[in-house]
Amino acid sequence: MALDPAYLDYPRRREGYDHDLYPWSSIFDRKLVRWPDGKSVAVWLCVSLEWFPMTPSDTPFRAPGHMQTSYPDYRHYTAREYGTRVGFYRLLDAFRKAGVKASVATNGAIAERYPSVIADILAEGHEIIAHSTDMNGTIDSNLPEEEERALIARSLEALESVSGRRPAGWLSIARSQSWNTPKLLAEAGLRYCCDWVNDELPWRFANGLVNLPLNHELSDRQIITVQQQSADSYAEQMIDAFDWLAAEAADHGGRVLPLHITPYIMALPYRIGAFEGLLRALAARPEAWFATGEEIISAWEGQQ
Amino acid sequence: MGDIQKADPGLYDFAPYRDRPKIVWPGGRKVAVWVAPNLEYYEIDPPANPHRKSWTKPHPDVVGYSHRDHSNRVSHWRMAEMMSKYGFPGSVSLSVALCQHHPEVVRDANERGWEFFSHGIYNTRYAYGMDEAQERAIIEDSIRTVREATGQTIRGWLAPALTHTPRTLDLIAEYGLDYTCDLYHDDQPQPVKVKSGRLISMPYSLEVNDHYGFFVYNMSPRDYADTLIRQYERLAEEGETSGTVMCIPLHAYLIGQPHRIGPFGEVLRHIAQDGRAWIARAGEIADHYYQHHYAEAAHGA
Repeated sequence: MALDPAYLDYPRRREGYDHDLYPWSSIFDRKLVRWPDGKSVAVWLCVSLEWFPMTPSDTPFRAPGHMQTSYPDYRHYTAREYGTRVGFYRLLDAFRKAGVKASVATNGAIAERYPSVIADILAEGHEIIAHSTDMNGTIDSNLPEEEERALIARSLEALESVSGRRPAGWLSIARSQSWNTPKLLAEAGLRYCCDWVNDELPWRFANGLVNLPLNHELSDRQIITVQQQSADSYAEQMIDAFDWLAAEAADHGGRVLPLHITPYIMALPYRIGAFEGLLRALAARPEAWFATGEEIISAWEGQQ
Repeated sequence: MGDIQKADPGLYDFAPYRDRPKIVWPGGRKVAVWVAPNLEYYEIDPPANPHRKSWTKPHPDVVGYSHRDHSNRVSHWRMAEMMSKYGFPGSVSLSVALCQHHPEVVRDANERGWEFFSHGIYNTRYAYGMDEAQERAIIEDSIRTVREATGQTIRGWLAPALTHTPRTLDLIAEYGLDYTCDLYHDDQPQPVKVKSGRLISMPYSLEVNDHYGFFVYNMSPRDYADTLIRQYERLAEEGETSGTVMCIPLHAYLIGQPHRIGPFGEVLRHIAQDGRAWIARAGEIADHYYQHHYAEAAHGA
């Protein structure tokens, strides 16, 4: 039996992408970007702050880091809570010591359950990015549009009602979107999302929403949890990345180094020291501009 | 797929590494080194092939798609500049539809003097299940598309996403292609038995492919660089008596990430400065082999 003849039809084989979500361009052909104060590499710290219900949902899929054993999975429930109670405060202290601001991609459930955490984030000048409702709030194209619209609204309302401010940015769980997500995020008044990892500068969807790429390859989850490398190796890789970007920026304009951090991964007692050392090393680089996602978007938009 | 399945595909005779005629590369070099960037296009919403699933998630698989899109917006140029800096031309494993989608990338590779061979139409369209007419159609499409976009005639084949049929190698030989990159049985080119014409296997590599390095063996960027240097050192040393080939298969969205490209540059610098390497395109390696070694090796093949 041969394949269906349609398997050799290519209706979207054309110049540009095989979709209309955003246009193509090469980072090396764009107008050069300049960051404030003559800095050339924006270092964007983005922490995922998450609450995993002990009753995992697989609709549409189970989030990375979620429950694994039979009920009750005290092991993973409490190990994730450790990240929020202990690890996150180690990170806040590390940011304060280094004198840097971060974005915190926060589940709406964190605001509902632990409003004091929101107050602590805001008191130190960090940005809150909306990160769904809780870790059962995953999105892909199997999620009906109305449910996705409601999920986005619930997340934003929870964060806004506690923080007093509607987030400008959105990070999906596992960066997973449906065909509808860019439309629904724009419709909800969000300014940017962080899910598409195809670039190293912000870019704009056809509908006006901005994407600020949060490179998953540079995340603590990928390097430490998936690839099983040490915190020291992680720190060395981030320094290598920074130094490469700083050299590239000299000829090609401003660059972004996104550091995606998970409290229950990076902020363990035996790893946090390596992370603090990384922050010190980066803060000492003359090219580094530590900025929140929204600050990066604003600086970039002002030059487009 | 309806074909009779064979326990031994019968592609070559057993020929142990020991006591083979020695290959001497041009200039008396010991190891032919070629770099194979995969310039690919993955579709965001490909049709299903009953024999293999494409994306793991419902479409759009945002991370899967956009990770690969990084090649065509950012990392191709980073990888290509590093290769040019140390004098390494590419022999490109090309999803030929990239000629339509992002001609800028194909043009850049062509202007750097890189060679192109086919890696199928898209890396999301698999050969599994194709009948002979369908398989001929993708070979003819590949030849035509690359010729129109670059002026080059493809000489080699790496099956799309490494999906083959039992007739692929016979067909590409019939169309006059010189080498296949789909066989992993040797560190030297070897004759491949085909129904008509002639064909050799060009050593490519899964083991030192950046995809294996980073996603199968989970290496750090510096560990991967060290792996390539060890691979090179051993093949150069053995090449003194045997004549070897080392391929470095790459994907820009992997090797061109900011934490990886610097350590990779050290590998190219090491090889370029060593003096034992013949830095070549796959077609040049094939030419040398056909001219000096094929007849003897194919005797009885």
